[in-house]
Order: sequence, then C-alpha cells, then structure tokens
Amino acid sequence: MDEPLNLVLFSGTDDKLQAAAVLTAGASAIGKPVNVFLQYWALDAFRRDRIGRDHGLAPEAGTEGRAHVDDLRHAGQVSWAETLRQAKDLGEVDIQACSLSMDLLDIDQADLDPLVDGVEGVTAFYLNAGQGQVVFI
Amino acid sequence: MTAVLEAKPAITRTVDARGSYCPGPLMELIRAIRESVVGDVITVLSSDKGSRIDIPKWIEKAGHRLVSLETLDGYDQIVVEKAR
Repeated sequence: MDEPLNLVLFSGTDDKLQAAAVLTAGASAIGKPVNVFLQYWALDAFRRDRIGRDHGLAPEAGTEGRAHVDDLRHAGQVSWAETLRQAKDLGEVDIQACSLSMDLLDIDQADLDPLVDGVEGVTAFYLNAGQGQVVFI
Repeated sequence: MTAVLEAKPAITRTVDARGSYCPGPLMELIRAIRESVVGDVITVLSSDKGSRIDIPKWIEKAGHRLVSLETLDGYDQIVVEKAR
C-alpha cells in the first residue's frame, strides 16, 4: 500500500477530470498516496479563473453522453474539483503542475487554483512516482 | 447472557450519505471513523450502488467490524463498529 498511484492528467474535459478525481479519491480513501501531474489542457482547467467553468466532454460523449453527465450532476454529483478537495482532506494527495505546460500556457502558480501544490518537471514526477503505477488520462 | 452479547449495539452516529456518489459515502464514513473512538458504532445510509460493495471491503481491510448491511427503500443501511 506504500507505493503511490501516479496520475498524469492531460485532458481537460470534465468527464476525464471527473474520472481522475474519483480514482484519486478512492486511492486516498484506502490510504494510498496519490501524485497528480497536470499537463496541457488538464492544467488549463486548473486555472483559478476557469476551474469552476464548464470544460466540455470528450468527443465520444456525444449528445446522449452529455445528457447522462448532466443528469448525474443535477442528481447532486459534486464537481471534480470538489472531489479532489475532499480527497486531499482525507489522504495524501499531491497535485503538481508540469513546468513545461506552465511555459506553454504562459502562466505561473499564482494563476492556478490552490488545489495545485506546486510546479515540477517530469523528472521530479518520476522520482516521486517510485515503483507505483503511472496512469495517463 | 448470550442474548445480551448478540444484541445490536447502540448507534453512536449516523452518516446520511444518500445522494452522494462513489466514493463519496466511503469518504464520509472514513471521516466519521477518524472522529470516533474504538467501540463507537456508525450507521451509513447510502444510495450509491458501488458503495454497497466497496464499504464492506474497506471495513474488512481497515480492520473494523461490519455489524449489518440492509437494503431498505432505495438505499442501503450499513452499520460498522470502529474496532481499532
């Protein structure tokens, strides 16, 4: 149980971020540390001024998928950002922004939601990942 | 005497997680367990289908005791005793 779960988040759509948040929450609930590394559009979704916005869904969702996602939200499913906050509250969850993606988007840490703990390069991410699985979403 | 020992323990606290989705009910239960002392009995109400499977598994793994699991009208009632 000591090896962390390492999630690389690339996609910035709400469905993929929700799936990632649920995986994070489940792992932290059973005491597994989680390292989250934010790249590209996932990082963009964590911008302080954008985190609460509608980030759309993956193309395969289509209109039917959109309706299902909306139904769950109206039934009271909390947002992925809130799920991540709860996961951090419960266990060991470290969320880092990829420094290269920070350069790409031309932002600094002050532009990011406080959910993000810091900025690091890919090597630091792998060093923290240890022998744990790396999952790309 | 046996009857007394097997009687249902008194509920210390009830966590109403109905309407919360996976893994919300488990997260709420863990929070309640952390705030409790050994011997406390917590009831979780959950309408999430996954939690019906996940919560008993977590209880076993975490070393607590599953007192009962009942499916009521559209939700599950899971009773757990904090054992450590």
